[in-house]
Amino acid sequence: MTRIDDTFAALAQENRKAFVAYVMAGDPDFDTSLEIVRGLPGAGVDVIELGVPFTDPMADGPTIQLAGQRALSGGMTLKSTLELARRFREDNQTTPIVLMGYYNPIYSHGVDRFLADATAAGIDGLIVVDLPPEEDDELCVPAQAAGLNFIRLATPTTDDARLPQVLRNTSGFVYYVSITGITGSAEAEAADVGPEVARIRDAAGLPVVVGFGINAPARARAVAEVSDGVVVGSAIVARIAAGDPVSDVLGFVQSLADGAHGA
Amino acid sequence: MPEDLINSFMTGPDENGRFGTYGGRFVSETLMPLILALEEQYENAKTDESFWAEMHDLWTHYVGRPSPLYHAERLTEHLGGARIYLKRDELNHTGAHKINNVLGQIILARRMGKTRIIAETGAGQHGVATATVCAKFGLKCVVYMGAHDVKRQAPNVFRMRLLGAEVVPVTSGRGTLKDAMNDALRDWVTNVRDTFYCIGTVAGPHPYPAMVRDFQSIIGKETREQMMAAEGRLPDTVIAAIGGGSNAMGLFYPFLDDPSVNIIGVEAGGKGVNEKMEHCASLTGGRPGVLHGNRTYLLQDDDGQILEGFSISAGLDYPGIGPEHAWLHDIGRAQYVSITDVEALEAFQLSCEMEGIIPALEPSHALAHVMKIAPGLPSDHLLVMNMCGRGDKDIFTVARALGFDMSDAG
Repeated sequence: MTRIDDTFAALAQENRKAFVAYVMAGDPDFDTSLEIVRGLPGAGVDVIELGVPFTDPMADGPTIQLAGQRALSGGMTLKSTLELARRFREDNQTTPIVLMGYYNPIYSHGVDRFLADATAAGIDGLIVVDLPPEEDDELCVPAQAAGLNFIRLATPTTDDARLPQVLRNTSGFVYYVSITGITGSAEAEAADVGPEVARIRDAAGLPVVVGFGINAPARARAVAEVSDGVVVGSAIVARIAAGDPVSDVLGFVQSLADGAHGA
Repeated sequence: MPEDLINSFMTGPDENGRFGTYGGRFVSETLMPLILALEEQYENAKTDESFWAEMHDLWTHYVGRPSPLYHAERLTEHLGGARIYLKRDELNHTGAHKINNVLGQIILARRMGKTRIIAETGAGQHGVATATVCAKFGLKCVVYMGAHDVKRQAPNVFRMRLLGAEVVPVTSGRGTLKDAMNDALRDWVTNVRDTFYCIGTVAGPHPYPAMVRDFQSIIGKETREQMMAAEGRLPDTVIAAIGGGSNAMGLFYPFLDDPSVNIIGVEAGGKGVNEKMEHCASLTGGRPGVLHGNRTYLLQDDDGQILEGFSISAGLDYPGIGPEHAWLHDIGRAQYVSITDVEALEAFQLSCEMEGIIPALEPSHALAHVMKIAPGLPSDHLLVMNMCGRGDKDIFTVARALGFDMSDAG
């Protein structure tokens, strides 16, 4: 049982939906970012998704691209992202952290060394956008062997024929991408998402969390009602980009969490 | 795999799209089903006579193939060594080799029922070729081009617009070719159901590197036949410039299993291949990584962040290289060298003066390497260089580099 498994088991027991918040590590700078991440559990966040900055984030819209650029120009690296996670773990042993990013920084770091360093830093799971099941031998299989959850993205183009392959080596939860598109673009419609979530949950036997296109408390609630939880990223990152004080950012996060938990 | 265990260099990629460890399918899940469908479509087309009949008809009557294999007599005499031939792919419709591949992909797109074509472009040659073929078939065309390149390649931007394409200046990242490719991928993931991504080089997720190579291999196949007709034997050396590496792969591929043929790829050395990284020589100055759907050599920093390339040639200005080149490099079947901006400019002028051919800056890099090695080779050494593009698009860049004021040309 990982922290992710424990968290979803506890949520299920309480009959609550999960609220997952994404922030970019090192945005706008290391210290502010750490302060925000430390504040997320208190603002109702059940799972933290920590973005790893990359120069070429092909699945992300402008909001998260720019967050990555801010982090990189502040000197953020994969190594300092793991350091940020380690600092968070110093006083939080329960909230899961999922790293979300692209493969090249991990590959460059060296997969074995990365898995050892990530485990030591208190990382619980990985979402690597450009590693589909066809490339499972690269990182997915070694990561699971190292005790990390490898969380797979399922999308509107993942049909029934392909679904078993997508789910085969996944664990923790399944991340359903609600739209064909990039982060922070179109808006997720609960009516479209519901049947897809049911289809994937039946096949996976894992909780299904929905992300992409959820930007406000009401939408978080609507989508949470037809799923096991929601992820919000760009909308939070946009507040950070606007220079909102940490307390305001966390206040906004709390409103999203309340939306999701109200479902 | 040790070289002596390989009985052919032409069997790649494997079923996972790998050339050795390079290549693969490193894309988001949204794109996977489409890439698998494209692979299936292409596998069918490969052995479908009607597909190739359509290609050959268009290559002949629309592109103007075969392109000549031209014995460059004065250049040969001037350099005083190897017998130099130029494969004249700059004479193709639209002025470069790019259209060879675009035709193949657009025919596939039509077979798949796609109605909207997207492409990335650096110098604009692939964008112009794509806009051209889309105009011919009445398809909607959107071309992503780095904002910086839009500015420095204004004539090609206007050409694309004349041909009915929408040109989208890319300002994300640093507004270069790699960012244009990122934005094309973002468009594709958003419009995956009706859109076909026409990639301009032998890179990207499988099956693109193999498919683009196969479409460009017409260059090497023709060269083989033409050299047999002209000299009664195969060439001793084939040379081509490399950005992503499609014209080079097209020339090299049909010769991979002929051990007597020496194969040389020429990368853009920019201001010099050193720790300042102001170049685009991925093989000589980079290391393996994963970007844009494939594993290959990349210009990157210690953290795996991708670096910008630098070259006077917008068409070579990309921090990666096709995965098959990465493999050929590692196993030693092909040799890869680099040429600086200064050397390429010198070759550009020599081609103009000696042969009356204004070359693009890309093949000028290949020619610069010919200038280095030809004098040391015997007079019966048959050397073929791919003149993969014409230089009309580059005259402004060259004028600037040579200090010639275009506004005062009288």
